[in-house]
Amino acid sequence: MHPSAAATSAATEDAREEAIRVTDLHKSFGSVEVLKGVSLTANKGDVVAIIGGSGSGKSTMLRCINFLETPSSGQIVIGGEEIAMRADGTAANRRQIERIRTRLAMVFQQFNLWTHRTLLENIIEVPVHVLKTPRAEAVTRARELLARVGMAEKEDAFPAFLSGGQQQRAAIARALAVDPSAMLFDEPTSALDPELVGEVLTVIRDLAAEGRTMLLVTHEMKFAREVANHVVYLFKGRIEEQGPPAEVFENPKSERLKQFLSSVS
Amino acid sequence: MITLRALMQPHRIVMMVIFAAFLVWCGVSLRWDWLPHYMPLAIAGLWTTLWILVVTTVLGFLLAVPLGLAQAVGPWYLAVPARMFCTVIRGTPLLLQLWLLYYGLGSLFPQFPWIRSSELWPYLRQAWPYAVLALTFSYAGYEGEVMRGAFSSVAKGQLEAARSFGMPRLTMFRRIWLPQAVRNVLPTLGGESILQLKATPLIATITVMDIYAVSSRVRSDTFIVYEPLLLLALVYMVIAGIIGFAFNYVERQVPARR
Repeated sequence: MHPSAAATSAATEDAREEAIRVTDLHKSFGSVEVLKGVSLTANKGDVVAIIGGSGSGKSTMLRCINFLETPSSGQIVIGGEEIAMRADGTAANRRQIERIRTRLAMVFQQFNLWTHRTLLENIIEVPVHVLKTPRAEAVTRARELLARVGMAEKEDAFPAFLSGGQQQRAAIARALAVDPSAMLFDEPTSALDPELVGEVLTVIRDLAAEGRTMLLVTHEMKFAREVANHVVYLFKGRIEEQGPPAEVFENPKSERLKQFLSSVS
Repeated sequence: MITLRALMQPHRIVMMVIFAAFLVWCGVSLRWDWLPHYMPLAIAGLWTTLWILVVTTVLGFLLAVPLGLAQAVGPWYLAVPARMFCTVIRGTPLLLQLWLLYYGLGSLFPQFPWIRSSELWPYLRQAWPYAVLALTFSYAGYEGEVMRGAFSSVAKGQLEAARSFGMPRLTMFRRIWLPQAVRNVLPTLGGESILQLKATPLIATITVMDIYAVSSRVRSDTFIVYEPLLLLALVYMVIAGIIGFAFNYVERQVPARR
């Protein structure tokens, strides 16, 4: 039916279970149609990079998947469960959305760590207050995650006192704390100073290597090519071209993608 | 914070010496012989001032939260009445509101037999319920407006992050939105609470025996004018200082870099 994000990564050769499927997604802001029928499938363990110029709708598409933006129409299936929508695209069932969101952790361009809580509190917030994990357990897990992203020393720091790279690494730890079935990265390095991009990409690269399912909106072409097993190029709300990174980057078919790649490299 | 070293500046030492001299002069050459006799009354008055201050700020704040929320994000049928309430309260003198409630409402109630025979009547015939109501409305009116700005000022991304993790709306409000909104306006709330303290003497005009009423009583009984007023000023300053410190303490719990 729709082209799936196929290319098999080593970690998931046995598991081809579907994680995220988006079918014919439309989204308009007022009279401006930002997404004009986008379809995409990510299987478990896939790392899908979504690239495109500004205004191409890539962030909007990502934000529609967990209903931070309400799609105008289309179908979204997460882990085999279709999100119920009304005719106008609004979510029919808030509880369902909330439940599905707990399985889709998002990492934002602006980090969006909660400013009134320390890093440790940020990370245990959702496990304790949404997923009802016992606090002690959540704290232990949070410390492991902080250590993993290299922020163990900073658990009592408030976000405002950290660099962008440190905040983004902590935000990734926060996302991991809910043990998500898929992670959504919305331009995770775009707000960072150039010298801080590397530390964040290292963390994401590790996650990709351990077989996490990820959708990654990014401007880092080199990085997309390196970690993704499927690349989607959006142009003006449509998928212009997609395929394995080697093909998309080495041998782009569409003129627009060629132009785009030469303009960003 | 003020450190001891910072106080040890010549101009500050001079100011402190002048103030200390003033205190000594007050203690030595003014009349304080009335004080022991009026002490029990003063303590009762102080208690009245304090509990009315605390109760009306707490109730007023609890009312201000929905008022602010309705104006910030509510539908028009909630936002419009909330805005009207705040505008009317902020646009009229507190003394007028107090008198309208006490002399207006308070004299209207006894005309209804069912109110007179109700359980509430023993309270409604006293003055303090009207004082509490007027001061609560006043605080709610001003703080409703403050909270409107506070709720709007919380960054959209903060709430979006909460939503993206599937946080239910009530949890999000309780854990993220309200704390951040309050944090943003703590200095304002601190100042407004001190203003609320200084609004409390108005309740003496409707026969509530607060600390200000006690000082008036001393004056009319003994014809001693300045001493009770000076002591009264000191009492208000101390309470205002405590409020300031308390808000400062809470503010320091979440360090902000601005």
